[in-house]
Formats: sequence, structure tokens, C-alpha cells
Amino acid sequence: MTAGKRGTSATAEPTRDERPDRFRTTSGRTVDPVYTPAHVAALDYARDLSDPGEFPFTRGIHRDGYAGKFWTMRQFAGFGTPEETNRRYRHLLEAGGTGLSVAFDLPTLMGRDPDHPLALGEVGRCGVSIASLADMERLFAEIPLSSITTSMTINSPAAILLAMYLVVAEQQGAAWRDISGTIQNDILKEYIAQKEYIYPPAPSMRLVTDVFGFCAARVPRWNTISVSGYHIREAGATALQELAFTLRDGIEYVRYGVDAGLDVDAFVPRMSFFFNAHNDFFEEIAKYRAARRLWSQVMREQFGARDERSWKLRFHTQTAGVSLTAQQPYNNVVRTALQALAAVLGGTNSLHTNSLDEALSLPTVEAATLALRTQQIIAHESGVVDVTDPLGGSYYLETLTSSLESGARECFQRIDNLGGMVAAIEEGYPQREISESAYAAQRAVERGEQVIVGVNDYVEGETPDVPTLYIDESVAEQQVERVHELRRTRDADRLSRSVDAIRAAARSRDNLMPPLLEAVRAYATLGEMCDALRDVWGEYEETPAI
Amino acid sequence: MRTIRVIIAKPGLDGHDRGAKVIARALRDAGMEVIYTGLRQTPEQIVDAAVQEDADVIGLSILSGAHNHICPRVVELLKARKVDDVLVVIGGIIPDVDVPKLRALGITGVFPPGTFMQQIVDFIRDHVRPAPA
Repeated sequence: MTAGKRGTSATAEPTRDERPDRFRTTSGRTVDPVYTPAHVAALDYARDLSDPGEFPFTRGIHRDGYAGKFWTMRQFAGFGTPEETNRRYRHLLEAGGTGLSVAFDLPTLMGRDPDHPLALGEVGRCGVSIASLADMERLFAEIPLSSITTSMTINSPAAILLAMYLVVAEQQGAAWRDISGTIQNDILKEYIAQKEYIYPPAPSMRLVTDVFGFCAARVPRWNTISVSGYHIREAGATALQELAFTLRDGIEYVRYGVDAGLDVDAFVPRMSFFFNAHNDFFEEIAKYRAARRLWSQVMREQFGARDERSWKLRFHTQTAGVSLTAQQPYNNVVRTALQALAAVLGGTNSLHTNSLDEALSLPTVEAATLALRTQQIIAHESGVVDVTDPLGGSYYLETLTSSLESGARECFQRIDNLGGMVAAIEEGYPQREISESAYAAQRAVERGEQVIVGVNDYVEGETPDVPTLYIDESVAEQQVERVHELRRTRDADRLSRSVDAIRAAARSRDNLMPPLLEAVRAYATLGEMCDALRDVWGEYEETPAI
Repeated sequence: MRTIRVIIAKPGLDGHDRGAKVIARALRDAGMEVIYTGLRQTPEQIVDAAVQEDADVIGLSILSGAHNHICPRVVELLKARKVDDVLVVIGGIIPDVDVPKLRALGITGVFPPGTFMQQIVDFIRDHVRPAPA
């Protein structure tokens, strides 16, 4: 073993004696040295756990776990031009991937065309550049949308990208009633953590509920939102904060949907969630189980949902990008495998595993394939999938699950006292809490209280060369040229009528999806459609807090 | 010695501000005066802020890969305004192959993921030009 930081004085490696007497989870919850039946004496099996597939679904939403079907192995990918990403998708499907997940570039996420001054240097870099329906047609060329499901990580302009997807499906002859997929469409966590917002909260929430209403009527198998803790965690939150803020966001969307006149059971069954899988193995598993228990109880008791599907929390998981290190990057394969195992033991419905090179660049095709293989090894070789919720009943895990649940309920109360999540965000509450945790986590690493192998212990001088993906400058030039060409060749009258109709709908209370669909068909660019909404709603600016 | 003044800036469209905020706080705790510009600042806005605030340091946080466009622009604008005593450092996801290009621009402080806050504090203390007596 390489001498670590603590071993630089030649007396070498950490011994048991150097370990602290008591440990804490990442959420600061003290861990006892051993767990016994005394810890779970208050647990009532029927009330708190029940069998898998039974309320409150702590042990899973399916009676037979993964025996019937594995989770969806859905690898997030997107870079460069739509053609390049299309090739990566077809590779992932041929390699055994079972769903697609689109990463858009920053101009697309922010509703800007590739030739906008703010798009300088960003086109095609963190994801694929989609400026109009024409790009969406290229992205899904030769991929039958009737037989795959697609997840799209898009938030502020989610309704527009959904409209583009629906039109491509229609062109392929796939009926809207039959297709399925997910748009992230979670604007609250943008204000809290990821910060890719365009409009102020009120009109943004209206866009979200317009999508709920439209899809309930016309695209019934579409998952209209993926309420996301992932980015909240990446921004520095603890497991408990991730759980509490995410579920409270979910509750806020349900409240807004109900206030917009929708029936709970008409839209809640199509809500889904998205969690992180981080390093603290058991705390992560407990987090997923607590999330299912909380959601079912809140939906049934607080919102009076009657449809069992409204009670069942379905979620996607991604391993923790923030846990990846640029130092000794091959260690990231091991971190990701452990995190993925936690997600599977927590009953995730779909999973993305990160690639070993992601602290350095977007993943190469080799690194992305290895990440997919990690899931396949868990599924086919480890045996953990043969029993549903195999850790259920563990004294430790059940104690942690209950402890996270009660911690989340206390947090719900604080947010309710602030007037709800939108009010709490405007006041900066979750943002401050997350910043505090991020700073504390970094200090713990620098003080050596938290060991990160290869970073603050077991350090090696040389970093092995890892191949990285490089995005060519020609991507931006090509995407800019395409937008210019499009603007020259489309039907100008139809275009201006359709963009005016977006403005009119934004001023009224009409559902925005029909005018957005018409503008998409008229080949309006994403920037033009988003600008029409900016004209009416303005833009949001946060007051930064450090 | 007077207090070191630092502008922490997030240029480009990216909103991942964890690193920028953690560093801002670490520099402040180390006794520096820190001005955080907030998100989505253009190179022009960043250089304006540095001039107005009489900053000793501009710390850029870029995770999106746009550093090859943004860094030359910041350096060029500083030159155009005849500002030659501001130290520019950068943190974020910067592939090794880009580091020599940044050094050629005079950006020698390049801090990838995993850098300790203390390393950045020390680098700034060692490289800020002493203010004229």
C-alpha cells in the first residue's frame, strides 16, 4: 500500500487506533458501533415497511423487484452536432443500453440560438446543440421513437423540446398516446442548485403545469417531470438535504397542479424523481427507501390521492459526478460501481453510471461503455437482483431509513413555515443550507477528517494519462451556419404568425403547448420561441449569496 | 500590507457555482476581500468589475469547456485597458492539453477538481504583485 498523507513520516499507514471512536453519516447523523433489535423496536412492519409492492412502498414499488425486469440502463449522452450524438446513441443501443438520455449544450438549456453572443465557446460542448426541429430530426434519425424511451435533461425550455420530440414522433408515424419518455422539467432545483433558469418562478411554474395538463390529455405515457435531487446533491447538499428539498419540491409541484385545476390522480402518476448515488453506501440506500415511504404517505394523506400509481415514487439514479477525482482517475470506476450498487439495492427504476474520465472532460466512447458494463455486471453477475429489497429488516438500514424520514419531515415544516418552496427559494433558504454543507465538506477533506483516496491520502505524484474527448471548434461554426440557412429558407409568414401566437398565449391563461407545437412545425428556432416568452415574462436574476 | 482584493467570476452560460462559492468563502476566511460577480458574466463585465473594484486578482470558474474562448478575451481586455497588475487564475474542468495555452496567456494558476482551497490561497499570496509602497 502506498504510504498516505498520514504516512509521510515513514511510520506509514493508518491503523485502527487512529480511527475516531464515533462515526457520522454525510448528513451528520451519529452512527452506533452496532445495531440491534432495540434500535427498531418502534418499527411497525405493516405501517412502516410492508411487503414490496405494498403501501407505503418502503421496500419497493414492485412485488417482484428486479425479477420481472431489470432497471433501465440509461446512459446520459450528448455532445457536438446532432449527427455525432445520434451515432453515440446508436452505439449505446447496440451495446445493450435500454433507453436514451439526452444531454443538451448550455445554449440549448438557456434557450439561446448558437449564434447568440452568450453562446460563444459553448455550442455543442457540454451536450448536443439543438436549435430547431431540424436538429431534433437529425438527433433521432433511424431511431424508432415508438420502441425506445427517451429522457431529456431540459428544464426552463422543457415544453419546447418536448414539442420538438412530439413532432419528430409524429413524422415517424408514432402515436403520441403510445410513446414514452421523460422531460426533467424541474425548474425549482434550477433556482436552488443548477441555476439554468430563464424566467421568474411564477410563469416558470405555469409552464410546468401546462405540460402536466397537456400530457395528461394527449401524451398519457409521458413522464412530465423528473423532480431532481441530483443537482442539489452535486451542489453540496447532504443526503438528508437532497431527500428533503427534492420531496418538498415534488409537493410544491403537486400543489401548483391542483391549484391550476388538475385532479391529483390525473397528473401525479406521471411524476418521477431523480436522485444521486453518493459514497455513503447505507445512507444512500436508506434515502431511496425513505423517499418512497414519504411520498406515498404525503400523496395519500395530504393530497387525498386514490390512484395507487400516485403513491408510488419512481426514480432514476445517477452516480455522483462530484465524487469523481482528476487524481488517479481509474479509482473512479470503483467509486461508481459501489454507488451503482447502492442505487440497485435501493430499488432504482433506472440508472446512469458515470465514466471514469468525467473529472477531466466529457466521456470517451470507451469510458462510457465501461460505465454501462458496470451496470451489466451488477445485473448479471452479482446476484443482488434475485431477491427484492434484500437488505430490508437490517437493524442499521431500517434505523437510518426512519431517521432520514423524520429529518425530512422536520425540513418540510421549516419550508412550510417560510410559505412554501417558491417562497423559501426567493428567501435563499435552500441555497444557503447547501452552500454551508459544500463548504463544510471541502474543509473536512482538507483537514483529513474525510479521506478521499488519491486526493488527501495514498497520493501519487504522477497522474496516468487518460484519453479525453475533445470537441472540435467546427461544431459551433456548423450549427451557426445551419441556423442562418434555416432562417433564409423557411416560410416567414407562418413563422411570424406562430411566434406571435406564443406571445398571446403567454399573456392569456391558455395552455402554451398548442402554440409551441405550431411554432416548432414552422421551424421557429429555440431562441426565437424563448425570446417570445422573455418578451412577456422577463428574466429571473438571483441575488448571489456566499 | 494591504488586503488582497479578489473578483470571483462565473463567465459563460454555466450555472454550476459550487466551486466559485466555496473558493470565495475560503479566500474570505483567509483574510482577503472577495467580490463574487454572480452568474453569466461576460468578459467585459468581469474586467469592468476588476477595474472598478481595484482588484488584485480575477478568479475565473469555468466547468463548461468554454475557457479557450473566455480566457483570451479577459486577458485581451485587461491589456486594452492597460491593466498589468491583475493576477488571473482559473479553476474548473480544464483538460491537460489546454494548460499550456492558458500559461501562454499568462494564466499560470490553473486549478482542476480536487485542488485544496489552501493551495489556491497560497498561490494567490505568492503571486499577487506587492502594492506600490
